[in-house]
Amino acid sequence: MTCIIIDDEGTSRVILNQFCETSPELDLVDEFPNAMEAIKFLNRNEIDLIFLDIHMPDFSGFDFIQTIKNPPKIILTTSDHGLALDAFEYECIVDYLVKPILPDRFQKAVNKASKFVVPSEKAQPVEEKPESASVPSNKEFYVNIDRTLIKIKTPTVKLIEAKGDYIYIKTTEKDYKVHSTLKKIVEKLPEDSFLQVHRSYVINLSMIIDIQDNSILIDEDVIPISRSKRPELIRRLDLL
Amino acid sequence: MSQGDREFEKKILSVASQELKEEVKDFNIAIAQVDYHQAAQLVHKIKHKISLLGMEKSYEIAQAFEEQLNNGSESLLSDFRVILEKMITFLQESE
Repeated sequence: MTCIIIDDEGTSRVILNQFCETSPELDLVDEFPNAMEAIKFLNRNEIDLIFLDIHMPDFSGFDFIQTIKNPPKIILTTSDHGLALDAFEYECIVDYLVKPILPDRFQKAVNKASKFVVPSEKAQPVEEKPESASVPSNKEFYVNIDRTLIKIKTPTVKLIEAKGDYIYIKTTEKDYKVHSTLKKIVEKLPEDSFLQVHRSYVINLSMIIDIQDNSILIDEDVIPISRSKRPELIRRLDLL
Repeated sequence: MSQGDREFEKKILSVASQELKEEVKDFNIAIAQVDYHQAAQLVHKIKHKISLLGMEKSYEIAQAFEEQLNNGSESLLSDFRVILEKMITFLQESE
């Protein structure tokens, strides 16, 4: 996810910058000491996520949110404990971090944000459509279940499991059983985010909780890793 | 917070020290001009550094002082100045 930091305090920016650098999901594009500079930047650039300080002189974080059109996802950062309720007024706010921010809490907020964000760099047009699972864009795709086309948002997909003539698409909201093959769906999913780690499993890399020797934990599912797929998995994690 | 990363610690302390010097200067001007709104903004920024240094009691005083300033009073000023002196000394020694 591409991100920027908006915070009038230099010390906060140094800390957030370091956390962004060490978080594999994040690509820190720029940082700003005030909201006005950030607004100018956002008029020219598309960003997935903003770390936004609420309490800034002249133009607060909430003023900022109300000013920009179609705000990206936002993680608020503040020294005030009492503003969390205000934060729920805005759909774009995915989390609320109270300073001093600890690394674990920061990463938890990033994980939360990644569930809502389709990384802007990764969006690619898709040409072919498989029979039962089609992918008109990287943000969403349709599956044919009992003659009904059901839309699934790609970032919500945790993993896909092949069983016989069916694939089971497990999302953060619901699981779907689709008459299709893993090969067809793999060809259509964004390569940057998904990886086949076993002949029967494709996973969303951003959903990984932890990796042990021969298995990956995604939510409550333990997914086996083929020995042949392990080097590719490790390489992809380095890239993220 | 730094998870044992000494370089990161040094960087935080260095930036905090430089920034605090400027903030204290601006704070003194704001108080001299009885600009409590500006003084409260600066106390708010300094508050984060107080919490970074783990000065819990001082944080509570700063919190109360910020509220006081927003209500047009400065009776905790001398307590806050003591906190500033402690911070400056600590940060200078860390550099």
